[in-house]
Amino acid sequence: MSAHEDHSLEEGHMEGSLRDYVIGFVLSVILTAVPFWLVMARPLASDGLTALAIVGFAAVQIVVHMIFFLHMNGKSEGGWTMMALIFTVIIVAIMLTGSLWVMYHLNHNMMPMPHDMSQMP
Amino acid sequence: MSYEPVSISPLLGRLSLDSLPLHEPIIVATFAAVAIGGIGLLAFVTRLGLWGTLWRDWFTSVDHKKIGIMYMVLGLVMFLRGFADAIMMRIQQAIAFNGSEGYLNAHHYDQIFTAHGVIMIFFVAMPFVTGLMNYIVPLQIGARDVSFPFLNNFSFWMTTAGAVLVMMSLFVGEFAQTGWLAYPPLSGIAYSPATGVDYYIWALQIAGVGTTLSGINLVATILKMRAPGMGLMKMPVFTWTSLCTNVLIVASFPVLTAVLTLLSLDRYVGTNFFTNDFGGSPMMYVNLIWIWGHPEVYILILPLFGVFSEVTSTFSGKRLFGYTSMVYATIVITILSYLVWLHHFFTMGSGASVNSFFGITTMVISIPTGAKLFNWLFTMYRGRVRFELPMMWTVAFMLTFVVGGMTGVLLAVPPADFVLHNSLFLIAHFHNVIIGGVLFGLFAAINYWWPKAFGYKLDVFWGKVSFWCWVVGFWLAFMPLYVLGLMGVTRRMRVFDDPSLQIWFVIAGIGAAVIAIGIAAMLIQFAVSIRKRDQLRDTTGDPWGGRTLEWSTSSPPPDYNFAFPPVIHQLDAWYDMKTRGAQRPVEGFRPIHMPRNTGTGVILSALATVMGFALIWYIWWLAALSFAGLIAVAIGHTFNYERDFHIPAEEVATTEAARTRALAAEA
Repeated sequence: MSAHEDHSLEEGHMEGSLRDYVIGFVLSVILTAVPFWLVMARPLASDGLTALAIVGFAAVQIVVHMIFFLHMNGKSEGGWTMMALIFTVIIVAIMLTGSLWVMYHLNHNMMPMPHDMSQMP
Repeated sequence: MSYEPVSISPLLGRLSLDSLPLHEPIIVATFAAVAIGGIGLLAFVTRLGLWGTLWRDWFTSVDHKKIGIMYMVLGLVMFLRGFADAIMMRIQQAIAFNGSEGYLNAHHYDQIFTAHGVIMIFFVAMPFVTGLMNYIVPLQIGARDVSFPFLNNFSFWMTTAGAVLVMMSLFVGEFAQTGWLAYPPLSGIAYSPATGVDYYIWALQIAGVGTTLSGINLVATILKMRAPGMGLMKMPVFTWTSLCTNVLIVASFPVLTAVLTLLSLDRYVGTNFFTNDFGGSPMMYVNLIWIWGHPEVYILILPLFGVFSEVTSTFSGKRLFGYTSMVYATIVITILSYLVWLHHFFTMGSGASVNSFFGITTMVISIPTGAKLFNWLFTMYRGRVRFELPMMWTVAFMLTFVVGGMTGVLLAVPPADFVLHNSLFLIAHFHNVIIGGVLFGLFAAINYWWPKAFGYKLDVFWGKVSFWCWVVGFWLAFMPLYVLGLMGVTRRMRVFDDPSLQIWFVIAGIGAAVIAIGIAAMLIQFAVSIRKRDQLRDTTGDPWGGRTLEWSTSSPPPDYNFAFPPVIHQLDAWYDMKTRGAQRPVEGFRPIHMPRNTGTGVILSALATVMGFALIWYIWWLAALSFAGLIAVAIGHTFNYERDFHIPAEEVATTEAARTRALAAEA
């Protein structure tokens, strides 16, 4: 424990303003409503395109949450927040792309299994 | 799911008298011995009237030093259990030839090899490593405690809760018979309908909470609580390796949690993530668990690389050779450890491109590790090397670990791996790096920092007996497994047909017996040192001529570690202070703000244990009740405002004056 208990609020601690929260809220509502509309009204021709658009909205949603709710920027906590984010993104990217790549190959090389889901009723 | 489990009573779930393994004489005898020993221990503690002290000063303590020591004790106790499993396997494999079935039936033997792996990794190596980091890191960075002292206590007790569940499985029900990573479909409900895998899942999930939280805690501590002047590149190497280890913990343990959650869903609610049918993919489990599993290997070894750096530098009387390259090698290993996981399942059939990629990354990761070895060698070069016990363990590590590293690179070649996969060659390889690296490092660390923790050195004679038995025993026990592996013998076998193999298993068994003597010698070493503590006493706080901050304070350190936060000017801060003739402050003390002990961690972990037990046995009402209890206690704790107190300035002055007198008497 530090003897200086008054340190906790200094050095770039992030306190969001009401304005930030409102902007964040409105943006996330829009980013949630549009995918719902995409699925329910089906304005896009192909299913694949719809799925891709939803993934895109989800990615933007993540960024909105990080900026407006988690108050992340390049300066907070002396840059450690951004550093942690970059590290996380790298690790998650490695895990996802690696798993997809590995599983694709395994699936490709594997004997056909019973209960192929694409053949199920 | 076609399988329907045995009758479940609403009151006791699957639990009944049949759940107790009364038909297994070995287990009944073990239980009797454990019960008698346990009752004896409880009676002993009661007679000495130690319960109050234990509860007030230890169990509820939020002091990182005491929590660190409790982690080490947990690791030691579980190590004895894990080693008992190892000896049983060695005896079984040495005698199960020529038609003999050995003395263990398949059901029991399969539990033993699973328990051995799970216990040694999760409840021996992890507590040892976490305990070491807990004790040393705050002292090395000149802090008074970790960032979140209560969380630290809670983490320890969650780890203990997991250990308790594993131990319980020995006498109530059974443990998993799946191997230490519980691959489905074998670990699925269809093939493992009993409680074994559930014990596995909940023990790891509950202990995993503790591990993840302690990782977060130590990352925050290292980043936010360093003494003034200690920039990142002035941190001791052990602190650096601890930082990287905890970053790995925080980034990888969630994967384990997620994959075990998916497995529990398969087992409890009939989903099909990892089943053979309905679109499930057992291969996905193997893929995911190794994304956690490979970083885990580096979680275990990196802190010990830090220990070897500190020990080599101290006992060579030199600054560590290539500090910067050491730091970068550690960081490179941290990143690369996420790029190699597939080498654990080359044979699953990914094809040439995937296998080559992961084979090459695996070979690449040996480069920074090799760089570290050269740094230690160059630190010793032209140094005034003192072969005290920690240094002996370090040299033994270098010689042993290099062999393990080379067999590792051999296994990294996919075509070679197709021959050696799941053979005893692999078993020999990872015991070579885990015993030769992690355990030898821990023994170096225990001998090195024991005087700091308790104020007296460990007995040298018994230390040397233990050292030679361990090193010789290790080579005797595991070199035969390399030979057997090259001959094609696979792991986890209970009986053998080929009598020509027996001699190698007998040699390995003799090796295990020599290691047992080494363990006994180590326990004797502790006992003898405690008895002779007055002869072995060190009043200086710096018995080895140390270079880092932990040696600047008294042994054992006061509750507040440092009366004033030290100011750091360069690497090897304490060596720098000694050469500049820095004086200890002897007056002007101020009250020190400290966190207050709390029993919440113990209560939460007890509730978690009950919840785990209830979930394992399908006692749903108890699971719900204990979960509600967990939430209630956690919320209740947030209303506890009496969390801190001040050590008065006079008390600090008295403590420091006593040290001043002790130092003067020494001089």
